[in-house]
Formats: sequence, structure tokens, C-alpha cells
Amino acid sequence: MTEVIATNETILVVGGGISGMTAALEAAETGKKVVLVEKRPYIGGRVTQLYKYFPKLCHPTCGLEINQRRAKMNPNLTIITMAEVTDIKGEAGNYTATAKIAPRYINDNCTGCGDCGKAVEAEFDDEYNYGMGKRKGAYLPHRMAMPQQYVIDPAIIGTDDAQKAKDACKVNAVDLDMQEETIEFNAGAVVWATGWQPYDANKIQPYGYDRFENVITSVEFERLADPTGPTGGKILRPSDGKEVKNVAFIQCAGSRDKNHLLHCSRICCMASLKQCTYPADDVDISVYYIDIRAIDRFEDFYQKVKAQDNVNFIKSKVASIVKGDDDSPVLHGVDTEGYNRYANQHDLVVLAVGMEPSVDKESFPVDIVINEEGFIEPASENGGIFAAGCSSDALDVNRAAQHATGAALRAVQVINRVAGTEG
Amino acid sequence: MSTNSQKYRNSFLKEVEANVEEGEWVKMCMQCGVCAGSCPLGKHWDHPPQEIFMMIRAGKREEVLTSDSMWMCTSCYNCIARCPRGLPITHIMHGLATYAKRLGLAPKNQPTQGFSQLFWDNLMKKGRVNELKMGLSMYFKDGFAQGVKNAMANQKLGQNMMKAKRMNAMEIMGGHGVKSPGDLAKIIKKAQEIEDGKIQDFS
Repeated sequence: MTEVIATNETILVVGGGISGMTAALEAAETGKKVVLVEKRPYIGGRVTQLYKYFPKLCHPTCGLEINQRRAKMNPNLTIITMAEVTDIKGEAGNYTATAKIAPRYINDNCTGCGDCGKAVEAEFDDEYNYGMGKRKGAYLPHRMAMPQQYVIDPAIIGTDDAQKAKDACKVNAVDLDMQEETIEFNAGAVVWATGWQPYDANKIQPYGYDRFENVITSVEFERLADPTGPTGGKILRPSDGKEVKNVAFIQCAGSRDKNHLLHCSRICCMASLKQCTYPADDVDISVYYIDIRAIDRFEDFYQKVKAQDNVNFIKSKVASIVKGDDDSPVLHGVDTEGYNRYANQHDLVVLAVGMEPSVDKESFPVDIVINEEGFIEPASENGGIFAAGCSSDALDVNRAAQHATGAALRAVQVINRVAGTEG
Repeated sequence: MSTNSQKYRNSFLKEVEANVEEGEWVKMCMQCGVCAGSCPLGKHWDHPPQEIFMMIRAGKREEVLTSDSMWMCTSCYNCIARCPRGLPITHIMHGLATYAKRLGLAPKNQPTQGFSQLFWDNLMKKGRVNELKMGLSMYFKDGFAQGVKNAMANQKLGQNMMKAKRMNAMEIMGGHGVKSPGDLAKIIKKAQEIEDGKIQDFS
């Protein structure tokens, strides 16, 4: 049974991605008690799935390591993974939260040795790699996962595989009788940091993401480039595993579009520019764009990528994709620099998909002011609930962390008020 | 305004906003090109819609209004369905064509323009379209000899239409119409007066 010790002076952080982690750590380091609830079996969120950051092209693992260490060191912080907040009742300074915890079937004895993973035979699509590649029925979600504990897929419970996992474990960490739990605890303030998800590329019908294997999304490309990804860092075509020699990026795939997401997702231009640096020099790269939104100092990065000999910028939103020879996508459209009609064939097409809030407008467990795009507004009606990071807007990692720090301060202020009245 | 500044006039966008149906949308175009790429007849247009919008903003009044591009629109609505900004592109194209026609700048030999005129003239005689005369005037629009050729080539089609009672040979005698064509003419005249009154002068 999971026990959470929490009072009206506790801050609840919903979501343990970069924003939730940041808010939780900043608040905990001011001395406040913090409970962090994360849906995935590990914290770090989508940042763990990135190969590199822009504009410095450093690896997110570095910053994650620092944050994970801060989390381990801090006695004020309680982390609950595989859990979702299903209800929040009350008002600023006096909330009661309900969370549902899914069974991990692995307890805290786990040393992360991997014996259970080796013993289990069943394989599943690896969600960490967006379904490209497989993982075992008992698995460590990724090599830096925190907590560093295996997870047993509920699909193998009741099968021989589950028993194999149990038998293989030398430290008695496999608990096949674990059940779903519902817990209730108090909180004085809430930081809502449920983040974003990539816009569903299947909805962009003319681009054929659902029909053409060699049309992928930017988040999938990130996994292809990562040495720990499904291809070991080689950029290979999904259809035939051939090395990609000619790749196209389509910007605003789902963003700035009345038929899809109304807003500019803000990160996609920089993400594609960053991804232009992943392939080798001899790979031809085309970027199809409406306008490049490299704000502030990012302009330097844009100029640097523009100067790359292998990168070609085409000012045009692609109208449609059809399948050409050898499963290669052919892009059709008209450019805005001369109004030339083109039909260009590429080995691989990457859709720079937009960001949408990961929690649907209708499924918030609490009354909260949400704007037209589904993001949380900084409204006084929200009481002691403060949005952090991408649940408030489409933000890059840097800005999400800044925003989360602000949200943590807001939450701390509420707790200080509560502490003041309660003496 | 001096002759020099006339040469560089840039009020055409304002003229389009004031006088062209849905013209106020033109400035919303962000030049992405999806309309041009989605148009099934796109490659037959001299200037795709996105280019027309840019030309309007650039003040290319003569080039836009004498262009045959907007007359190529078949109202398939692909562009409207796909435009990320929700511009009513089909309607703007028809609005531009209508405005060009009103100013007498529409290309004389553009087939859609010619057909539209024949249709209007036919309709205004009796208040109803006379299919037989409409067909004949289309056949004979390029002269008598060509007309006979056209009629022969489409003989079977005409016969089938008569069999299916879609066309009546007796219509040649005058044909059906509304009860009071004179009143209709008055209504149209009034409507035209109202429309003319709305046209703003930008010269």
C-alpha cells in the first residue's frame, strides 16, 4: 500500500516531465513538502526521448542527470509513478486530491539487474521509441529511467512469462499480486504540468502519414537519430531499412491551421533546424516552410544551418504527398519564390508535427480555465492551481523550465499563506 | 495625386477590399501555397490564387483584372477546405472575375466568361433559361459553319435530352418564362442600381 504523508502545506505537482520536475524541485528546495504524481513509470517525460537539445546540441541526459540527482537528494519530495490524478476537490489552501496508481508488479527491492527482462519472451511495441522497435514484457523503459526499476507489462500477468519473471528475480522484487490502488491526500496548492503530445499526424490527410511508411513525424526522427534508439542512431527508412540519402522536413504539419491546431507550436522550426544537423554531410536535406520562426538568439542557429551546403530551404507549404518509385514519397506543391509547381521525390519525409496539450479539454479532473487551443489560462478562477510548462502553452524546454519555476513560486506563496494562518 | 505617384499606386488592395465580394480576406493570406498546390486545374492557371493575392497587395491592378486565372475556377472548393487561414478562396476568385467583368476588363475570349454572358443574356429574356436556345447559342458562338459542325457532333446528346424531356424542340418558338418578365427586369435594374451605388471609386 502506497502511503502519502501530506497536509494543506503540501504542494501537489501533476506530471513529472521537465516542467513538473522543475517545479517540484524548485518548490522542494525552498523547504516545502512536494508530492509529484507521474503517469509514466519514470520521470523526465518527453525530454528523455530527445536525442539533442537546440541550440547548443547538447544531450538532454546531462540536465536530466542533474535533476534526478536533485530529486534523490531531497527529503521533501515524494515521487509516485504510474499514477494519475483523477480528482481534485476544495479550494486554494485546502485541496483533497485522488490518485489512481497502476500496478508496476515490481517492488522497491528491484536493483535494475535485468534478469526478469531476459527471462520473459513476450515482446511489445516500444512506446519509448514511439512504436518503432520492440521491448520485452518486463522492461526498463529507458536506460536512465528514474526510478531505476523494471516494469511488468499488465498484458503478461497470468501467463507463463509472468512466472518466468518472478522465478528469475534474485531479490524478490516481482510481486504479481499487486493491485491498482486509489489514494487520497491533502494539498494546499497544485502545479499542473501534464505537458504536451505530438499532434496526431493521421489527421493531416493529404500527407498520408497513415498510408506511407516513409512519412514519419519529428519525434520519431529524434528516436532514429539517437544511438540508443531503434536503429542505433542510423537514419534508416522504415520501409526497407535503407540508409536515407535525401530527407525532407515539412514545417507547420498541423500547426497554424484552422483545420488542425490554431496556434504556432513554436518549437517545430527549431526542432527541424536542429534535426538538419543530424544526418551526414552527404545527405540532401530540404526544408519546406511558410516562414522560419527562429526567435531571439535562435536566428544565429538558423543562419548556421542555412550555411550548410546540403540544406535547401523551399518556401512553400506542401499541398500533398503521393507514393513514388521505391516507396519514396513525392511532394507536390507550389513555391512562393516564383510560384513554381514542383513534384519532388525524397527518401524520407519528416512531418514537424505541432504540440497539443496532452490532457483533453473535457477530461480535466478539476474546474480550470482553458483557452481555445486547450491550454490552461493564468486565470484567478483557477485558485491555487497553477499551470506549468506545456500545459499552459507550446514551449521549448528552456521556456518550460522558466515557466515551471514561476508556477512553483506561485504555489509556494499559497503554502506560505496557509502556514501563516495556521501558525 | 501626381502622375508619378499614380504609377506606383498601392490602393488596389483597398479597392479589392471595398468592391470585391469577400475581398477583405485577401490581406489574411500568409502565402503558404496550399491553395495553388491543391487546385485540380492549378497548372492551367497563369497565376495561382496565392500569387493573385500577392499581386493585389503589390498593386498590379491591370494584370490581375485582365487575367484569365480566376475564370478557371470550377468551384470544387478544395482550396477553401484546405486553406489554413480559412480564406473563402473560391468566392474571392468569383468576386474578382465579377468585378473585372463589371469594369469591362475581363478577357474577351475566355470561354467561361463568354459562357457566363450567354447564360445571362438567355436568362434575362424570359426570366428562365431556355435550354434549346442556350445550346444553340453555344454551338454558333464561333460562326455559322462551326455551329453546324458542333450541332452535328452533339446530335445524339440533343436527341437523348429530348427523349428524357430535359429539352423541348418547341422552345425555339419563344419558350417558357416567368409570369412577368418586365417586373423581373425592374427588380434586376434596381438591384444593379444598389450594387453600383456601393462601388467605391479608387481612381
